[in-house]
Amino acid sequence: MAARLSSFFRGIGKGFRHFFMYFIQGDLPTKLSYLIMGAGCFLRGQIVKGLLYLAVQAGYILYLVNFGAAYVAKLDTLGDVTQTKEFDPALGFSVIKPGDNSMLILLYGVFSLLLGVVVLVLYLRNIKEAWENQQTIASGGRLPGLRDDVRELFNRRFHVTVLSVPTVLTILFTVVPLIFMILMAFTNYNREHQPPGNLFTWVGTENFSQALWGNPLWSRTFLKLFLWTMVWAFFATFLNYIFGILLALLINQKGVKGKKFWRTVFITTVAVPQFVSLLLISKFLHDQGALNNILQNLGIIDSPMPFLSNGTVAKVTVIIVNLWVGIPYTMLISSGVLMNIPEDLYEASKIDGASGAKQFFNITMPYMLQVTTPYLITQFVGNINNFNVIYLLTAGDPKSLSLYQAGETDLLVTWLYKLTVNEQNYALASTIGIFIFVICAVVSLLTYNRSKAVQEEDRFQ
Amino acid sequence: MKKKENRNAIATYIVLGIMSLVWLFPIVWLVLQSFRETPAGAFTKHLLPDTYTAENYTKLFTDTTLFNYPRWFRNTLIVAIASCIVSTVIVLLTAYAFSRLRFKARKPMMNVILVLGMFPGFMSMIAIYHILKAFGLVQSLFSLVLVYSGGAAMGYYVAKGFFDTIPRSIDEAALIDGATKNQVFWKISLPLSKPVIIYTVLQSFIAPWVDFIFVSVIMKDNYNNYTIALGLYQMLTRENITKYFTQFCAGAVLIAIPITLLFIFMQKYYVGGVTAGGAKG
Repeated sequence: MAARLSSFFRGIGKGFRHFFMYFIQGDLPTKLSYLIMGAGCFLRGQIVKGLLYLAVQAGYILYLVNFGAAYVAKLDTLGDVTQTKEFDPALGFSVIKPGDNSMLILLYGVFSLLLGVVVLVLYLRNIKEAWENQQTIASGGRLPGLRDDVRELFNRRFHVTVLSVPTVLTILFTVVPLIFMILMAFTNYNREHQPPGNLFTWVGTENFSQALWGNPLWSRTFLKLFLWTMVWAFFATFLNYIFGILLALLINQKGVKGKKFWRTVFITTVAVPQFVSLLLISKFLHDQGALNNILQNLGIIDSPMPFLSNGTVAKVTVIIVNLWVGIPYTMLISSGVLMNIPEDLYEASKIDGASGAKQFFNITMPYMLQVTTPYLITQFVGNINNFNVIYLLTAGDPKSLSLYQAGETDLLVTWLYKLTVNEQNYALASTIGIFIFVICAVVSLLTYNRSKAVQEEDRFQ
Repeated sequence: MKKKENRNAIATYIVLGIMSLVWLFPIVWLVLQSFRETPAGAFTKHLLPDTYTAENYTKLFTDTTLFNYPRWFRNTLIVAIASCIVSTVIVLLTAYAFSRLRFKARKPMMNVILVLGMFPGFMSMIAIYHILKAFGLVQSLFSLVLVYSGGAAMGYYVAKGFFDTIPRSIDEAALIDGATKNQVFWKISLPLSKPVIIYTVLQSFIAPWVDFIFVSVIMKDNYNNYTIALGLYQMLTRENITKYFTQFCAGAVLIAIPITLLFIFMQKYYVGGVTAGGAKG
């Protein structure tokens, strides 16, 4: 890591050196391309490419002047003119006089800056290209024409062609929104500061300290939901994993007929969309639902069992129902891996007199753990973010007065959702989102590094 | 010995039998409820319906004033087809570049995507809404296509895992023979990648049928542009559940059947994809 960092900074240093060196040693077209993008190209005959560079520069300047600059300039305060109502004597009633819109300032500001980064990269490329062109001419070479450049895009620089559309879409629909939301965690964008009526502004790390210790209600909710999220992720991941493998072993046994049939039966349940199956189960387990009605009719219980309406019971219920979702899935994934376990390991242990359980814990599980650790990590992180199961089964309920806008079975991620959609507390929601990110990143890093160490042992090779 | 094995086998069948009953129960119940006649609410007193009717199904297509099932179905189909095409192209291009091409930005880009993927998806939901609003696209089907396929590049792992398994020597031989990388991609890599193409197509085709969160944020109250999942979800809100529960079941059965069939059909690609992608990272 340190080596990578130092090489990164050395790279930047080298870039700066080149930046000045090219200017000092450059001829007129090269020098000119520091001011006018593409000069080093069109002055040397690469007309189209040079004009494209020029268009980028002109386009960005036009964009800034007509639109972007106004927003970038207000980024430091996120606007200071509040929207007001003024009486218009000519019309005879009050009209809204628009003020600044903090949200649009932040959004367009981020967008303009990011666009600026892209233009900057192109600008540096334009300089480097001008310099390379100069060198090529000095050594008597021929500059690549438009046709050569296009041909290169389908061969040596094919990755540029291939990745251009995915990159643009990812930046627009993932990077910009994420930066926007991350910055929002440092503002006071909530119901009381809702644009366009009101302004919101920067508050530093206020939200983080409030959520961790400053606001007792928030910090209690955060801590409780965090613990439950981890408990949930642990059980949801490992119970599903172990029972899924057991089910796969059961079906894979020698002499079991209709393996394909059994597998299909269980896979069917994975295939049914979750919003159908889980919503149905939640209605089935409801206090007035079919299960309680039937049990009462049969006289087994007198009053409805609170499967989903008592905090503790509901937590157990969601973990159990999640087994219904997860076991077939693990079975599906692990069947193939199980068949790769070398048969002689089992046979040797059988001769040594190992029981089935011993084989399971000493051969099957170690092998599976080693091969499927990346899968387990993804599952664990996926369960931390498992919105569907919780939201569809309980919607986080039963509600609790001791929690801020959350219920007993809410995970951090469903709390985040509720905070945005019901409460419009975007600032706190973004803060929670960053916490979730940190949790996921820590879990992945810790386990991933460990799993690599395990892999190097090559126990089964 | 033989006897013991027999007993084992019988025990296995009994366990598997009981388990499959438990696992299939919700699905069987769903189908039964979809044919239940009265009352239409969710909170029935009996496990099995007293009387059966196909009316729940016919009503879906005839009684469209409040819940316009055929329209939602059409919307979902349009969105699914469009976003499936865009997503598949994006996923395959990204995975191919990261797997078969070598360039300076490769590792950094993969790391960035890894980090981006660790943020909860809902976090950017509101921002995406405002971006679409800025472009004047909110509440349209087109915006939904953009939402479903815009982040497609992030899910390149499975396809990359597959491309990684194609021997590099094939590419190199073709390059030595004078093929361009573009030709290698179209004429060699793609024809060898049928399984992962099918997997990606099906996966991205199914996504719009089962999402009810993003669509609810994008569409708000524009009922005409709802998709099936959101529409059906609306049938179970507190005001509607007593009247529309059995219709929900009927509507759910109708879309669950094709999705289930598609999934069972693609399961072998699915397993290969997940394990290969996981093992190679």
